[in-house]
Amino acid sequence: MTSADPLSHLQRLEAESIQIMREVVAEAERPVMLYSVGKDSAVMLRLALKAFAPGRLPFPLLHVNTGWKFREMIAFRDRTVAELGLDFIEHRNEDGIAAGINPFDHPAFTDIMKTAALKQALDKHGFDAAFGGARRDEEKSRAKERIVSFRSRQHRWDPKRQRPELWHLFNTRHAPGESLRVFPLSNWTELDVWQYISLAQIPIVSLYFAAERPVVEHNGLTIMVDDERMRIPAGVVPQRRSVRFRTLGDYPLTGAVESAAATLPAIIQEMLLTTTSERQGRAIDHDASASMEKKKQEGYF
Amino acid sequence: MDTSAQDLIATDIEAYLAAHASKSLLRFITCGSVDDGKSTLIGRLLYDTKMIFDDQLAALQADSRAFGTQGQAIDFALLVDGLAAEREQGITIDVAYRFFATERRKFIVADTPGHEQYTRNMITGASTADLAVILIDARRGVLVQTRRHSFLVGLIGVRSVVLAINKMDLVDYSQDVFERIVAEYRRFAEQLGLTDIVAIPLSALAGENITTRSRKMPWHLGPSLLEHLEAVPVAAGAPAAPFRLPVQWVNRPDPDFRGFSGQIAAGTIRPGERVRVLPSGRETTVSRLLIEHDLPFAQAGQSITLCTTDEVDISRGDVICAAASPAGVSDQFEATVVWMSEAAMLPGRPYLIKLAARTIAGSITALKHKVNVNTLEHVAAKSLELNEIGLCNLSLDAAVAFDPYEACRDTGGFILIDRVSNETVGAGMIHFALRRAQNIHWQAVEIDRRARAGQKRQQPCVLWFTGLSGAGKSTIANLVEKRLYAAGRHTYLLDGDNVRHGLNRDLGFSDADRVENIRRVAETARLMVDAGLIVLTAFISPFRSERALARSLLGPDEFIEVFIDTPLATAESRDVKGLYRKARAGEIAHFTGINSPYEPPETPEIRIDTTAVAAEDAADRIVAQLEALGRLHQAPP
Repeated sequence: MTSADPLSHLQRLEAESIQIMREVVAEAERPVMLYSVGKDSAVMLRLALKAFAPGRLPFPLLHVNTGWKFREMIAFRDRTVAELGLDFIEHRNEDGIAAGINPFDHPAFTDIMKTAALKQALDKHGFDAAFGGARRDEEKSRAKERIVSFRSRQHRWDPKRQRPELWHLFNTRHAPGESLRVFPLSNWTELDVWQYISLAQIPIVSLYFAAERPVVEHNGLTIMVDDERMRIPAGVVPQRRSVRFRTLGDYPLTGAVESAAATLPAIIQEMLLTTTSERQGRAIDHDASASMEKKKQEGYF
Repeated sequence: MDTSAQDLIATDIEAYLAAHASKSLLRFITCGSVDDGKSTLIGRLLYDTKMIFDDQLAALQADSRAFGTQGQAIDFALLVDGLAAEREQGITIDVAYRFFATERRKFIVADTPGHEQYTRNMITGASTADLAVILIDARRGVLVQTRRHSFLVGLIGVRSVVLAINKMDLVDYSQDVFERIVAEYRRFAEQLGLTDIVAIPLSALAGENITTRSRKMPWHLGPSLLEHLEAVPVAAGAPAAPFRLPVQWVNRPDPDFRGFSGQIAAGTIRPGERVRVLPSGRETTVSRLLIEHDLPFAQAGQSITLCTTDEVDISRGDVICAAASPAGVSDQFEATVVWMSEAAMLPGRPYLIKLAARTIAGSITALKHKVNVNTLEHVAAKSLELNEIGLCNLSLDAAVAFDPYEACRDTGGFILIDRVSNETVGAGMIHFALRRAQNIHWQAVEIDRRARAGQKRQQPCVLWFTGLSGAGKSTIANLVEKRLYAAGRHTYLLDGDNVRHGLNRDLGFSDADRVENIRRVAETARLMVDAGLIVLTAFISPFRSERALARSLLGPDEFIEVFIDTPLATAESRDVKGLYRKARAGEIAHFTGINSPYEPPETPEIRIDTTAVAAEDAADRIVAQLEALGRLHQAPP
């Protein structure tokens, strides 16, 4: 840009996200970035690298690993960390692993291996501010959450006690033990994220692109058989179908969509013409429409 | 999304994406009361711009049957009423942000509820808005709340207004009704400085004049709501104003690179341009601009890193300005303050003030008047309650760079933070500086506190006694003073008797007066410590904030909080002066413990449990603890 053309919507979103990250890093004692390996994390990571360039990232990345992530996600994660030379922490809920908690037999799997594990990790390392890639357009309770969202010592969110957020002023003050969840992508939509990935050529996990993968139908979702732990009823044979994922998480809980979109423009094209929201592929949101709000009050990110 | 766009997506996605990389962004707020159809309007915009997916629509249809107010029809309001608690009550309770996009623009809508928390929420939502949509129910016309919404929109500096006359279907799409309301609105909007007004008749429920022009209202020659929102000019920040960069972060990865990072609040900048750093006033030249890569130019709204040709001292909180037209620098301001906390704003109480990237202690020194948001009348007041707005004088502990809010939102808008709870309790907009900071000089004195204390061979400090009425503060403080005096110390006891009758005889017992009472006592105690004395104060001093203020006025070891801890029941049963009986009988208002709160110290230096220790023993213990704290060592002569 050489003259005062108005900023595009992506330029304004980028500038806002960078301002948020710099502000929180300047004021927090021990910030961390939650890295989930998904497309939103990829955008958030790129924005953070921009915000602090030519310096290094002034915080580590934290990945809460349930042990059931797609293998390809873990490989991509390890490659990204190595190529960019990032400080990286992986946390697993060892108690949950010892107790054999798995997504097939335990309805509380996500609570234990993700929500409780996250709290453990934040407490263990004394992080007082954690960046997350959540967006307000994902889900209704998120639309009301602040960019800098306060959590009690028990990591609870109280929607009635949120701090007003005016202009670009963020109040990050908190007592010892209390913490902040910070959402620099609050005002991005799914389309914005894809457009930015396309424009800035940000690498993403190849599971987002359509390919022939072995899948079975399970609880109304199309599940990819990522390893031998997948429980397949007797007589059912995994089928090879051209599928891709709109969101990524634990493979037995993440539904694939039938697709032939193997390039970024094709993905965006499909997204623009689709008629279902990206959260439909997540088992976690199916129980009740207020479920996310409840989970958040209990400390889900 | 229209059919041609769908076709382009289907046939040439690359061309579509190229066209959409340069989309602009409009942020707006919708203002209206519960029944004006605000949520319905936003729901309709989301629906008509195809932002609702099939699964969401299915959930919406189910919700409409369970919670809806439209019978079997889809209740669009349910799309946006997010939280479970709100849904049950059928109202929204906070600020929510919604997103939709058309071929030309992305939109961010701040949705705020229309009931008692309205002022706080609306000011919050409007603070980042480029435009405001003010909704009016065509059947009811301009109401008190319309005036309130418009006043708040003007106050927060949103200049572009859409007057949306909704529910036209319920007045037979009457042009007369529309024009009557618009004429009435324009008359008073002008008084508020709102001149850029576009009026649109519509029906959110029926979808008339939302995305396309209504056939039911052919008499309306202007645009539909969405046509207008797509076309209205916007600019992030203020590109035409002088350059301002509040420094958020000093980027110093290695000895060879030193850059100053922030989001440009106003103006434009190029390498080679002269800048002045405030508040220091030093000048330098921009050598580089970058965000990942070097930039030849940057403008308001962009987050960048700026490097200078010489090594000037610049830290977080400074503002880098155009050298030819720098911001002002002051520590005293006149500002409009919007109060956002259940705990009232009290003049004199210390708060933290965050302005751009600077957080600094300060207080509101005077409340000139508050504004009745419904009638716009000025009302005399001693405090600001939740959702009240007042014109105030503000005093900061150090000088800061600023612009009048009207000139630049990001260097003229601030928030107030409670020092104890850390809550954001208010927001303010600077009008002008009350005086230039450069004019204030501390008188340099050669005889300093060290010299005075040395002469008395003691270490001055304040013993700050706090506790309920009748706890025994004065009694114990008296005994402590006697012991110190006997040991040859120079002391002074400040208590209600010698302060309330003289220095503070103009003060009563309201919360505001209690704050001012303690502020004066704290300042007096500080002067006496300066004079070399050991000062004892015996006041209920019920609020943590004021005790924190007193502490902040003194050196780290000079403030010793002595909590005389007596349960309310014990103090009340003693009732030496008969005050509790009177308070219980309703003869005394604002009596601490009965109808005014006492906030006990969390970590006092000394705590005396009077249910376990008699007064004489308490005094001995306090003296012993002062010894242990090292406060009674004799300074060398």
